[in-house]
Amino acid sequence: MDERYIRNLGALTEQECTILRTKTVFVAGCGGLGGYLIEMLLRLGVGTIRAADGDTFETSNLNRQLLSSPSILGESKAEAAAMRAALVNPDVRFIPISEFVTEENAAELIRGCDAVLDALDNIRARRILAHACTEEGVPMIHGAICAWTAQAAVILPGDDLLDRIYPEGVGLRSKASLSFTPPFCAALQVALCTRLLTGRPLETGHLYVADLSDMEMECIF
Amino acid sequence: MIEVRFFATLRDGRGKVMQVDAEKAAVAGDILRLCEIKPEEVAILLINGFHSKPEDPVKDGDVISLFPPVGGG
Repeated sequence: MDERYIRNLGALTEQECTILRTKTVFVAGCGGLGGYLIEMLLRLGVGTIRAADGDTFETSNLNRQLLSSPSILGESKAEAAAMRAALVNPDVRFIPISEFVTEENAAELIRGCDAVLDALDNIRARRILAHACTEEGVPMIHGAICAWTAQAAVILPGDDLLDRIYPEGVGLRSKASLSFTPPFCAALQVALCTRLLTGRPLETGHLYVADLSDMEMECIF
Repeated sequence: MIEVRFFATLRDGRGKVMQVDAEKAAVAGDILRLCEIKPEEVAILLINGFHSKPEDPVKDGDVISLFPPVGGG
């Protein structure tokens, strides 16, 4: 076994580590959540990461986005992710896509993936992604943050969970986010993703909501 | 009384829990109005742990849980 993954053992079996190396995951967004998701997936040792983001870094990203730094303001988030991937784990095939997720490209972006990780920052794009996941038969691991709160869920193709999380008419009121909320949320998502990809028992259809201000975790639905 | 539990940013200025006189609320939407919360500020509304809507009836002893939309990435 590759020594790089030795410390995975005990938490994962060697067979599970081998399985992970065969998996392809799509990360939608390379910002606050996406940066940490990619970092964790690289170190975990998945086979291929496809990551899309049409955005570039701006100063207000610096308080929380792992891939951002003052020297690359104005540069592509997806390309920054590719550079990080080459640095952290060149054995992982990394495919950067400098595009936003849209109705036109969503299905093609996720086609053939074993899991889709939601690191988007708006409800409309999440609906598009969830619809594409249902069409393509790919499980989606939802994640979202606001201020001190992080939430995550596994949404199987055809499940209407996203519609229950974001009913018609609700809007996002706050863009607040702290340095520790995205990595916490990403950890929840990657833990769920790891169980999913390795075939471990996994209860789907729940929304986990963590309040880091009051140190509470709720399981809804 | 009806117990109203707030989560995430809905706790700002309200605390975690509020007790509402059951005689003042017929449906969950009345609870929102009494708590000065606009319907669009609530993404998930649970009555006794079950996914519900503002038009669903409430009664004495119910526990209402309110979660705001969390959507940043």
